[in-house]
Amino acid sequence: MALFDYAPAPENRDIANLKPHYRPFINGEFVDGNGEPLKTINPATGEVLAEVSTVDTTDIDRAVQAARNAYEKVWRRMPGSERAKYLFRLARLIQERARELAVLETLDNGKPIKESRDVDIPTAAAHFFYHAGWADKLSYAGYGPDPQPLGVAGQVIPWNFPLLMLAWKIAPALACGNTVVLKPAETTPLTALVFGELCQQAGLPPGVVNIVPGAGDVGAALVSHQGIDKVAFTGSTEVGKIIQRQLAGSGKKMTMELGGKAANIVFDDAPLDQAVEGIVNGIFFNQGHVCCAGSRLLVQESIAEELLEKLRYRVSTLRIGDPLDKNTDVGAINSAEQLAKIRELVASGEAEGAERWTSPCPLPEKGFFFAPTVFSGVHPSMRIAREEIFGPVLSVMTFRTPQEAVTKANNTPYGLSAGIWTEKGSRILWMTAQLRAGVVWANTFNRFDPTAPFGGYKESGFGREGGRAGLEAYLDV
Amino acid sequence: MPQAALSGLDEATRDESSLRRFLDGLPGVDQVGVEQRAASLATRSIKKASKLWALNTAISMVDLTTLEGADTVGTVRSLCAKARQPDPERPDTPRVAAVCVYPDLVATAVEALEGTGIGVASVATAFPSGRSNLAVKLADTKLAVESGATEVDMVIDRGAFLSGRYGAVFDEIRAVKQACGDAHLKVILETGELVTYDNVRKASWLALLAGADFIKTSTGKVQPAATLPVTHVMLQAVRDWYTATGELRGVKPAGGIRSAKDAIRYLVAVNEVAGEEWLTPRLFRFGASSLLNDLLLQRRTQLDGHYSGPDYVTVN
Repeated sequence: MALFDYAPAPENRDIANLKPHYRPFINGEFVDGNGEPLKTINPATGEVLAEVSTVDTTDIDRAVQAARNAYEKVWRRMPGSERAKYLFRLARLIQERARELAVLETLDNGKPIKESRDVDIPTAAAHFFYHAGWADKLSYAGYGPDPQPLGVAGQVIPWNFPLLMLAWKIAPALACGNTVVLKPAETTPLTALVFGELCQQAGLPPGVVNIVPGAGDVGAALVSHQGIDKVAFTGSTEVGKIIQRQLAGSGKKMTMELGGKAANIVFDDAPLDQAVEGIVNGIFFNQGHVCCAGSRLLVQESIAEELLEKLRYRVSTLRIGDPLDKNTDVGAINSAEQLAKIRELVASGEAEGAERWTSPCPLPEKGFFFAPTVFSGVHPSMRIAREEIFGPVLSVMTFRTPQEAVTKANNTPYGLSAGIWTEKGSRILWMTAQLRAGVVWANTFNRFDPTAPFGGYKESGFGREGGRAGLEAYLDV
Repeated sequence: MPQAALSGLDEATRDESSLRRFLDGLPGVDQVGVEQRAASLATRSIKKASKLWALNTAISMVDLTTLEGADTVGTVRSLCAKARQPDPERPDTPRVAAVCVYPDLVATAVEALEGTGIGVASVATAFPSGRSNLAVKLADTKLAVESGATEVDMVIDRGAFLSGRYGAVFDEIRAVKQACGDAHLKVILETGELVTYDNVRKASWLALLAGADFIKTSTGKVQPAATLPVTHVMLQAVRDWYTATGELRGVKPAGGIRSAKDAIRYLVAVNEVAGEEWLTPRLFRFGASSLLNDLLLQRRTQLDGHYSGPDYVTVN
């Protein structure tokens, strides 16, 4: 037993105000959906949290119609300064109910409470605050004197940051004068539906925001619906491609934020201890369920051994367990399906001859957990170097020169993010110009801010979210 | 530090230019990164049994300190009485690690603490500024040691360090170490005057190379004194030293740590940055005065299940 054994410090789950039933939010009201109800579970225990009524195509029709009415009759005509008031209200309501939303997010998703409390919810509020500020200043955003909204947006979001991805989608859409129909992920619908309550609390006109829970078929029906003008999707590259095929020729505007296989590149003159922190944060933050995760570590050969030694020690101090415990660093894998995928890819890494090191940390007996794992001796041809694992698994490769680092980093069909660790400013600038990635972090990783545009190259998608650039996705420019 | 340099630590101290090459070759510290890490570890929630353990451990790590011009034989005796029995109504309360005074009061402290096993630490080397010549600094050290100090807290010559004369700082620490004899040497870096984390790391390694048993943040006379991120950098240095040499060296944050809550945050950092081997008064100390009473109050709260007021613990 450890000398300094932290006693369990669980957050009170009652704060989540969990209800037995959740219903779709259409035209300002919670209504029964006509789809098969789904049960959402706590991935840390396997217990059923709640039953969620889902929508079918007739409900989607109603939601899209409600959004259309709200768009034509209210929202597009409302002065930006008035729309801003609603967005500010939503931001404040997220802050007011932050603790409830954080606990609910952790229960439904499996992420540690310290992340939902300190990252997800505050950043979601920040996105509303930021975009509230834009609502009456769109004429000065650089898109012409009077940029117009697109209409009704159909939005489909993933399960890794449920409320935060909702904020990334809804805040800019509303600020620009669009109305939305949003489908939360099948395994994590709860905070999105509570967001419906916030819309009611804020007095948002009915139909401006509609939340339609369901599985992939609901998403497919939503994005191909005749009544929407714009599709925003965050999720896997596989599904992104299907949506693009479906929408080809439809004239609908699209933004896609898809998979990634980011390189975190550490040079021999890097601040080593902080690089170790950045590597850990890059791949073990949110159990590695991050599209921009630094899942490939490229380290200069001359310091590889020393860095790996430091990294293994640091990773072994990560605490894996009950996501509600305030001292938990790595929580539960979101679903049995995702856990199986991670295991399959890890097995392939072993079979292909990479050297596996797994943290000796104890794992809970129940629920979906995977111990942080580092593969060294990885070659670019291995599956663990090419495919997105979306789990707490790091693949380590080495390089000798900056050019080799760039070549290896760019050698992927993805291009979402990258990290550079060096104290040499000129090298950071040179690397940034060479790397084909939408976001490049220098001496940090996985930092998100509503003022900074986020998005990908190549198979990681197109369009930007956040910042001035993110407004373009919701304006007719 | 580059692996090659580590295997040649003797090489690093061969002459002034080797020392400079070695210290300048240490990896930098990213300010944003280390502050973020320190802030994130400070959110650990320590409750119940682990809190009581931490409070007891922190009490046993206190160097109960008085370094005032107004110190008298009487105030030092009173402080020593407190060190022997921090909470008279709770005789099971751990004793502090040491009492820390100016050299001329060491004899008084030694007498008052005889037979208790509590250490007597003395500041030396023209504390707190370090502005004197080597002969005076060694005489200062000698006074402390001959009066019976078991630990000496020296200050480095920050002027020499900041002007790049690493060799001078190194030689001075070496000389003081020698003058200490069996007494343990804590080397005060005065991080508030070194300002950057890069300097803190360099000074930490310089002191470790010169033979410091402990590296200590501050005199308490300069603001800022101890901070969590600075202590992180120093804990990382002793861990790296251990990895390179197999030797365990200690860290002592001093100045500005006043609450039990802060002390527990430091212990979490010790546990997770250096490692649990450092969770002992042999390798980690708090240089503090008012901290002890808050630790005692919080300890009572844990044991009694309710808060008690400041009048229930003794003033020094």
